[in-house]
Amino acid sequence: MSDIIIATRDLSMSYGSKPAVRGLNLAVPRGSICGFLGRNGAGKTTTLKLLLGMLRRDAGDIRLFGEPMASEEAAIAARRRTAFVSEDKELYPFMTVSQMIRFTRPFFPTWRRDLEKKYLHLFRLPQEKPVPKLSKGMRTQLMLLLAMARGAELLIMDEPTSGLDPAVTEEIMEALADLVASDGTTIFFSSHQLAEVEQICDRVCLIDDGQAVIDGVLDELKSQYRRILLVFDGEAPKELAHFPGVDHVRRRGRTASLLAHADIDTVVDRTRQLGPRSVEVHPVTLKELFLDHVKGD
Amino acid sequence: MDLRINFSSGVPIYLQLMEQIKHAVDTGAIRGGEQLPTIRKIAEELTMNPNTVAKAYRELEREGVIDVRHGSGAYVAEPKTSSTKSAAIQKAAEALRQAIETGRTLGLSESELRRVFENEVSRLLDVATAARRRT
Repeated sequence: MSDIIIATRDLSMSYGSKPAVRGLNLAVPRGSICGFLGRNGAGKTTTLKLLLGMLRRDAGDIRLFGEPMASEEAAIAARRRTAFVSEDKELYPFMTVSQMIRFTRPFFPTWRRDLEKKYLHLFRLPQEKPVPKLSKGMRTQLMLLLAMARGAELLIMDEPTSGLDPAVTEEIMEALADLVASDGTTIFFSSHQLAEVEQICDRVCLIDDGQAVIDGVLDELKSQYRRILLVFDGEAPKELAHFPGVDHVRRRGRTASLLAHADIDTVVDRTRQLGPRSVEVHPVTLKELFLDHVKGD
Repeated sequence: MDLRINFSSGVPIYLQLMEQIKHAVDTGAIRGGEQLPTIRKIAEELTMNPNTVAKAYRELEREGVIDVRHGSGAYVAEPKTSSTKSAAIQKAAEALRQAIETGRTLGLSESELRRVFENEVSRLLDVATAARRRT
């Protein structure tokens, strides 16, 4: 039993001459909920498809459940233990909710009737309604139910809550928290909804331009990073950018804003030597981390 | 016990949870010997990650605020002579009163004094957490 469920090393893949993933290193431990963040086109969906064996990598390694994805057999064995909810959420249009569940059930020997019942109840899905008559939220919840009741150890989702109202999103978050608490399932999902990621994820991975720029435990990131706001009598000095531990510096006239992630005390001491009028240290939100780490236009 | 978490703040969620449970103990909302909700219950009620709740409980146990008994759950630790705590609070209040007086004679307003206080507290706590992390 490996404790790292998803591990990639120097994972790379290009569409023709256009690189989509460039040396990506990821590590998602068992039982965690990891939010996969990044701008549109940063390489999120490509990464998910590589993990699921839907695309072939050009270079690098993927390990799932500790096993290298070196052969087709290994990839198939890993996929048996993995459930996936895609972005487009396609279901057979001629089936009702209960027919869809009955149709899916026999494919999976590990099917969990208890989870099926629990999520049917939690999501209040109308069992006799045909799939095309379901709202978008209910369709997503049905897809999620089918994925979660499979009894998979790893659940991968591509933007599961995009375009859903807050009430449906909350129900989905509740189901995910419950699944992790009861079964220790590992969940890895891409999202643009920073609020939901902050609420439910214990880990985040932020990718930009095909590379991981942040990967870690969310609470630890919040403990590490600080925003340091400085006001000077004259123009903010240029030396600020070269301090070790400082990720970004924004200078605007007499003020400067630093994002730092290590040795905050040392950074503060060094900035004090430049003679600022005031120094303030603030915690950093996930949104600030996101905006400071993805490249601007 | 009424727990409220601000997920979008920069303060780590497990620390927010720890503070609120400590506050509940300080105010007597939960008392020594009483059982705390299970990790799963809190995760469900607040719709948050159970690993984060577990982390808060581990830290609270380490600080001696709660006792985790395997198989039966987490309990609020019996208070260790609360009189020493209130004496400590009185002593700290006295020192703060003097600092506030000094600030006022220097002409600082109430909001300025509050800001100084907040800044110093967060600065000192940052240093303390950083030091803890290093050990």
